[in-house]
Amino acid sequence: MIQLNVNGVDRSFDGDPQMPLLWYLRDVLGLTGSKFGCGIGLCGACTVHKNGEATRSCITPMSSAAGARITTIEAIGANGLHPVQEAWIELNVPQCGYCQSGQIMQAIAVLEKMPKPSDQQIDDGMAANICRCGTYQRIRAAIKAAAEAHK
Amino acid sequence: MSTITNVSRRSVLKGLIGAGALVLGARYVPKALLDHSSLADRTEADLATLHPNVFLGIDTDGTVHVVASRSEMGTFIRTSLPLVVADELDADWKRVKIQQAIGGARYGDQNTDGSHSIRSFYDVMRQAGASARLMLIRAAAQQWSVSPSDCTTELHAVVHSATGRRLGYGELAKAASRLPVPKKEELQFKPKSAWRYIGKGMSSIDLADLCTGKAVYGMDAHVDGMVYASVERPPVFGGKVKSYDSQGPLQVPGVRQTIPIDPFKPPCGFQPLGGIAVIADNTWAAFQGRKKLNVVWDNGPNETYDSDAYKKELQATAHQPCKIVRAQGDVDSAFANGAVTYEGDYYVPLLAHASMEPVVALAEFKNGKVTAWAPTQNPQGAQDSIAKELGIRKEDVTCHVTLLGGGFGRKSKPDYIAEAAVLSKKVGRPVKVVWSREDDIKFDYYNAVAAMYLKAALDAKGKPTAWLQRSVFPPIPSIFDVNAVYGDPNHLQQGWTDVPYDIPNLRVENGPAHAHVRIGWLRSVANVYHAFAIQTFTDELAHRAGRDPVDYLLDLIGPPRTIDFKGVDYPNYGASFDTYPWETSRLRRVVEMVAEKSNWGRRKHGNGSGFGFAAHRSFLTYVATVVEVEVNDKGDIAIPRVDMAVDAGLVVNPEVTRAQFEGAAVFGTSVARSGEITAKNGAIQQSNFADYPVARINEVPRQTKVYIVDSDAPPAGVGEPGVPPFVPALCNAIFSASGKRIRELPLSKTNLATRS
Repeated sequence: MIQLNVNGVDRSFDGDPQMPLLWYLRDVLGLTGSKFGCGIGLCGACTVHKNGEATRSCITPMSSAAGARITTIEAIGANGLHPVQEAWIELNVPQCGYCQSGQIMQAIAVLEKMPKPSDQQIDDGMAANICRCGTYQRIRAAIKAAAEAHK
Repeated sequence: MSTITNVSRRSVLKGLIGAGALVLGARYVPKALLDHSSLADRTEADLATLHPNVFLGIDTDGTVHVVASRSEMGTFIRTSLPLVVADELDADWKRVKIQQAIGGARYGDQNTDGSHSIRSFYDVMRQAGASARLMLIRAAAQQWSVSPSDCTTELHAVVHSATGRRLGYGELAKAASRLPVPKKEELQFKPKSAWRYIGKGMSSIDLADLCTGKAVYGMDAHVDGMVYASVERPPVFGGKVKSYDSQGPLQVPGVRQTIPIDPFKPPCGFQPLGGIAVIADNTWAAFQGRKKLNVVWDNGPNETYDSDAYKKELQATAHQPCKIVRAQGDVDSAFANGAVTYEGDYYVPLLAHASMEPVVALAEFKNGKVTAWAPTQNPQGAQDSIAKELGIRKEDVTCHVTLLGGGFGRKSKPDYIAEAAVLSKKVGRPVKVVWSREDDIKFDYYNAVAAMYLKAALDAKGKPTAWLQRSVFPPIPSIFDVNAVYGDPNHLQQGWTDVPYDIPNLRVENGPAHAHVRIGWLRSVANVYHAFAIQTFTDELAHRAGRDPVDYLLDLIGPPRTIDFKGVDYPNYGASFDTYPWETSRLRRVVEMVAEKSNWGRRKHGNGSGFGFAAHRSFLTYVATVVEVEVNDKGDIAIPRVDMAVDAGLVVNPEVTRAQFEGAAVFGTSVARSGEITAKNGAIQQSNFADYPVARINEVPRQTKVYIVDSDAPPAGVGEPGVPPFVPALCNAIFSASGKRIRELPLSKTNLATRS
């Protein structure tokens, strides 16, 4: 039995310990905000926070989530939008939006570590998250705007 | 052609709108769409039975309901079209509610492709809004016993100017609903100066949901009792199952059963590919079970398909005389008369869509009927495909359209939805078929691989006196006819038969090519390879002549004129030539605009940095692009800046339009840098973002500036036209920066390093 905490709620799981966290969140808990994009940790659509760290849930087996505190997009802005989400909305970042849960989760983690990131730091921090619609220019601007708002 | 009618609210807005509401249906049949190739599976009889395709309702509480019949995949079409209705209705946008339509012939064309949603539905949206506004005015005038001409509207209310009396739309809805629908001739449209929303735009109605994880895509669809499926499909197109282990997958906890799916009967059309499905309690179990199937395949005749050999075939064909699809003057004499000639071969490989949401669908077969939930660009196509696969009536298929996690043309093919329906019938439960990224890349409808050959005869100043261009690619119609080897007019028109140069001797040809995979539409389709070839060749000629590429192109375009397509099968993207003529003056204007805005010729280059330029018309929109590039001695490239000038006619939502062109620069970057699908022994070699990379934040243009021409011309396409000129502009910039000419995509085929 694996114990973990998802968005502030204690959970236990007795299925296949190799099942990636993503599928537990999506198929078992019905938290579909975290997306399936590649299944091998290359696109970032599945990004969640594990103990505060941006983590690819599609390659995180449940066994390694034992005891962890997991935060998904559903808990971000549940009580008022996060500054990153506000910046995303202000700058009309999304197109199809499918990758944006992961982009936002990654951006929040980048800003936690670097409250005022340079262009290079944004690129380094966000390069693992793919947006096929090509919203990168606005993602970069929104991260800067969120950093400004946070000052 | 359009008509507005009063329709039963029960028929379309049941449960959405209360008694006493005003409900209008507006019908529009874009006649020219009849020959749009992507409607190939549609018959005239289908279109003859069309019902209204735009629905507008005003409830007694004043809520305005608009049914969005086009699919939302990031172009914000389900915001922009209702915005047009709201403007003409003089409605308060905050009181407009949008409902996504299910698939249904009553909505007219729903296949959201070809960058024509605004173009095809702009007029009818305005008419729907204007009709309702006039009915509301007449209802108010009746109540006040005044002349309607003394009444006007102000944001969601009718006012009598003389007395200042005012009635809200909700208060008038019931009375207005009893009035006859005005004739089109009676409608008065707002002058441009009075527009509230058109040309100003509005954020997506979905924006907050997209940023909070609440948006529901096909991947997120859920119904009680559903099971998950993952399908092992034939690795070679047209392959069949010889044997497999039906028991192996059952060892995986959560796996319920394995089910064979019949191979398609050629032509493949939009049928499922066949294979073995693993049915499970969750996606992960289905994926794991699949690994234990041990399928042995009969690969069939496409087993020998090899991209390297195929490339040589296409190139050999391109060097032979081919089918002439446009000709003027005498090209052969000009070449034969000892003129200086210049030639080039160009090549673009197969491309996969790789939208962020892999292909996915949920379907439930119950009591002889199917309900499906899918991220589809084409819900009516889904109805057709499901009905054919299961031998039921199209009317017994309900297709709900979720948000799409990207589409780019892949999701206009409903094979994956039919596959889910077939499985649901066999399983007896709702089935969600989740395609892995590997499935999505290996079983795509690819943008065609193309070989192109261009040759010009040149005068003393390096200007062409004769021009020959040949294009050879497996055509999209091959999915409907196994013997189709030539391009059809709908794809030859895409940047090929419409080469806009003023050259006395000109010949355009197309050669035959057999398809060995499914070929389909991808964002801007044949324009991708055609623009690459022509705009690169043009740049080469400019450099050869020692001319500035922008000046040289303007010379080739020649004096302003409307291109005469007499004798050419040129469908003009399904639009009439009267409304959408091919005007070289508009191409010239965007060329001049982008040159000015980008400071063309005045910015520093050399020492590894350079500028490239290209211009192209597609989907009735004129675009010119300047790309700045830096190439270091290791051959790495960076793109500091992109400038794009766009004449898309009237632009409803400028912010969205800019976003689409910014995105096109990124999409084009992927095509140029790394877009390549290949086959070996008939099977696709790529599988995921490791071997089919798409552009990341550190590889894309740092800054894309989009300049929109202020135009009153009818609206044209926005989603696709940014892609075609970007790719050659980038490659021309690389030549400017490094002296390395790119004639083959992707760039990784050319060694750009000057130091190892």
